[in-house]
Amino acid sequence: MNVPLVDISKLWTVFKTPQAEFVIHQDLDLTIHHGDVISLVGGSGTGKTTLLRQILGLETPSRGSILVSGEPVSALRAHGAASKVGMLFQHGALFSAFSVLDNIAFALRELGTLPDDVVRDAALVKLQMVGLEAKHASKMPADLSGGMVKRVALARALIMDPPLLLLDEPTAGLDPESADGFCHLLRDLHQELGLTVVMVTHDLDTLFELSTRVAVLADKKVITTGSPAQVMAFKHPFIEEFFLGERGKRAMVLLADKPHAASLAA
Amino acid sequence: MEPDQPRIETHSAQPDGAASAAGAGKRWAVLGRWTAAQMTDAAQFAALQASLASTMAPAKSTQTTPSAAATLQDAVWDLRGAQLDHIGAQLLWKHWGRAWPAQLEATAAQRAVLEHVARFTTVPVPAAKITWAQRYYALGTGVLLAVSHVRGFVRLIGQLLFDVVALVRAPRRGPWRDISGHLYQFGATALPITALVGGLIGVVLAYLSAQQLKQFGADSFIVDLLGVSLIRELGPMLAAILIAGRSGSAITAQIGVMRVTEELDAMRVMGIPHGYRLVMPRALALAVAMPLISVWTTLAALLGGMLAADVVLGITPAFFINALPDAVQLSNLVLALFKTVVFGLLIALVGCHFGLRVKPNTESLGQGTTASVVASITIVIIVDAVFAIVFKDVGV
Repeated sequence: MNVPLVDISKLWTVFKTPQAEFVIHQDLDLTIHHGDVISLVGGSGTGKTTLLRQILGLETPSRGSILVSGEPVSALRAHGAASKVGMLFQHGALFSAFSVLDNIAFALRELGTLPDDVVRDAALVKLQMVGLEAKHASKMPADLSGGMVKRVALARALIMDPPLLLLDEPTAGLDPESADGFCHLLRDLHQELGLTVVMVTHDLDTLFELSTRVAVLADKKVITTGSPAQVMAFKHPFIEEFFLGERGKRAMVLLADKPHAASLAA
Repeated sequence: MEPDQPRIETHSAQPDGAASAAGAGKRWAVLGRWTAAQMTDAAQFAALQASLASTMAPAKSTQTTPSAAATLQDAVWDLRGAQLDHIGAQLLWKHWGRAWPAQLEATAAQRAVLEHVARFTTVPVPAAKITWAQRYYALGTGVLLAVSHVRGFVRLIGQLLFDVVALVRAPRRGPWRDISGHLYQFGATALPITALVGGLIGVVLAYLSAQQLKQFGADSFIVDLLGVSLIRELGPMLAAILIAGRSGSAITAQIGVMRVTEELDAMRVMGIPHGYRLVMPRALALAVAMPLISVWTTLAALLGGMLAADVVLGITPAFFINALPDAVQLSNLVLALFKTVVFGLLIALVGCHFGLRVKPNTESLGQGTTASVVASITIVIIVDAVFAIVFKDVGV
């Protein structure tokens, strides 16, 4: 398959206020291929989350184009969009009026074609695939812990087996143990379902654990992409600050276990 | 037919030409894209259902009967030509009667998907029925909830009393900036809407009364009618209901948001009492603002009524203003003012009561705000009825 799953070219994002204009992205190019797990990193205000929302079609870029599976993003918002892309919002964004099962089943049920028992079973399968038990199905989102909310939200994003999964800060707000568990879950699902994952994260552990590629946003564009080791070798003040500061050195221990990092360590 | 259309095709003979066992050994080839994306199309899904139904031996119903399931089990299922995701697998699994077919030819990835579905599809747990004992306990819970509301409200009133005493003893330390801010927010910014509503009600009331009074030739009594009803009853009530909807809900939402964002806990940790800094300024501000708003609303209503009387009955504004002091005794005015002070206090206290009871989640915030408005309007009307009974001999 030579058509990239997500193809962003010559993207401009400009925020206008009455006093001034702020250019967030300027001629930004990014290509995401099938099977990638790509992390977007960058300082605050570099428009990582904005880029994610633009890939989803929640925001429209000022100029430039975003193609998902060769189609413009506006086609995503049609009927059955959940079969093309899944999104895990930072705080889960579960529908508070629905039970866990109804949250997961919502997109499938709204199609109106599948019989009720198939929808229910499919939601239960996804619920258990993200590591929750069937007995949690009838709980309300308010009764769930932070880690469970993320898992339910992930199950909801995956209900129609979309090829593309977007994650906004997947491990933010989780304790280290839950964060590790969630990371393992994401890695397993990526392998089993052949997902393509785009995530925004500040957590270097998550980044090294999951990413096959890293894209660094700085100076209003993607300054470099590549494997974590390649990106760390790139000379740029932000990269040195981000990867080679105190936090980075701690997380490097994790990277050292992986074979592709050996070249850098040597 | 499109190649993507999910479908099932049959090959009765074995592909290698060997003789099949009598009766059994049908071979079903699952083809096309069995994915959620395909199921979004109702027509495709209907065709798929028909295709599934046709594999049933006696092709009569789409339900998987035990005998039909048995014949399905004997057949050979070939999935290799299909693209299968979890939704497609779920459909097949249901079709197979939640069991593996005897012979399955599938790729490793398809098997993995089917194994997920097989492992996690469980028999649904029937919803528990509500027993009589549970209803009995629910009744008890309801009674205890009502009792806790009353206790909380009484405690709030008592605390307000202590706080006011503390304020009188040390007025220099009082939260005057808060009080003046709330006074502006609850009072000054409510002037336009109360004037508009009051004026329109005055016009409507005068117009309808005029139609009746004309029949008896008692035109000039419209001054008595409007004067007593607006000054004593409708002006205060209208103002109180508008303020309950406008400021009561705002108070609950403000304090409730502080609960959700843990600001209330932060205040407590700093040793700043909620009653003195949150409840009392709002209660005092509304106790002052409410009578003023009420007078303002009454004036707007009288103005509206006066204009309508001029237009419909030809009663001049000059006559209206001259006749008004004789028609309405001063005690009505005093009673109305006293009433509205009580209304203001109650609206603020009900708002604070529900705000402080909000639990730290957004859903509770919404419920608390709704409950607060309903409760404060109900309480205002009940207290007004009590006033009407207690002071039935005054000023009428």
